[in-house]
Amino acid sequence: MVLAKIFMTLVAQHFKNTLGPAVLKTEERQGQEILTVSPEHLRAVVTSLKVELGFNLLLDIVAIDWQSHVQPRFEVDYLFYKIEGAKRVTLKVPVADGEDPQLNSITDIFSSADWAEREVFDMMGIRFHGHPNLKRLLLWTDFIGHPLRKDYPIQKRQPIPVLDDIV
Amino acid sequence: MMDSEKNSTVHEIPTDLFGDTILTTRVQDVINWGRKNSLWPMPYGTACCAIEFMGVVSAAFDISRFGAELVRFSPRQSDLLLVMGTINYKQAPVLKKIYEQMCEPKWVVAVGACASSGGFYNNYSVLQGIDEVVPVDVYVPGCPPRPEQVLDAIVKLQKKIDPKSFVDGLG
Repeated sequence: MVLAKIFMTLVAQHFKNTLGPAVLKTEERQGQEILTVSPEHLRAVVTSLKVELGFNLLLDIVAIDWQSHVQPRFEVDYLFYKIEGAKRVTLKVPVADGEDPQLNSITDIFSSADWAEREVFDMMGIRFHGHPNLKRLLLWTDFIGHPLRKDYPIQKRQPIPVLDDIV
Repeated sequence: MMDSEKNSTVHEIPTDLFGDTILTTRVQDVINWGRKNSLWPMPYGTACCAIEFMGVVSAAFDISRFGAELVRFSPRQSDLLLVMGTINYKQAPVLKKIYEQMCEPKWVVAVGACASSGGFYNNYSVLQGIDEVVPVDVYVPGCPPRPEQVLDAIVKLQKKIDPKSFVDGLG
């Protein structure tokens, strides 16, 4: 635990030294480090996490719709893991508000981000710049809207789709 | 006796030739009798109701007592579509195609709350009852239903196929 603590302060320290304005806030929850990163510096931080600090696994990308509780409305969380030593780091990225929230893609750094970003786009409607194939992952092509946004009407039904090609 | 009567070729059918080994009926009744007692189910299982169906097929409840034990996994070989589980919108066209591939006559049982009405999945992704895409003969409530309920559905379907054969509780 002590070692983990030392390691984590190292992560925060690393970013303070190298990418000063990138990290807006650092917090620690249940032994895990959570960094709030500004969207402009996301790619630099992720590259640094992978290359310099050895976080070699992107576990998941999660999007949150805070509605009016938090500004800006959308937040995208990146969950990273380092296999050597079992370390975890979470990046929180606030995404600019509006009907068409956008963020830079990290698919060229972590290829596992491909489907994760597609899912986030599918469910939350966040566009990722530089994604090679940003189309719906789970829902069908003709679906209108993004159902995990809190303002999507829960009773809304859409026409039954025609049989799509599975591949 | 007159000569004309003597020479005519009138054959009387002897009533005691076959005894009681023959009974007469209509072709339609025989076919219905066969259909209701040899339903070939095609399980379309997507959720826990399909696990319950394993219990229905197994020895303790034994679906073969009702002649429906020959489970086929091809729609072209079966005439009873058992939809067991949650059907979402993306799966709806698949289910419809499976139904269309079955030969006539065919019947559909919606097993469980999800297949009947969407169950507690009242959201953007789940079909609110399979009767939006295929015609349903029997609905089975329950989440999941007891095996007895599935057997009851089969008996109800048999009554629907051949209503006349059920007289005073005699199947």
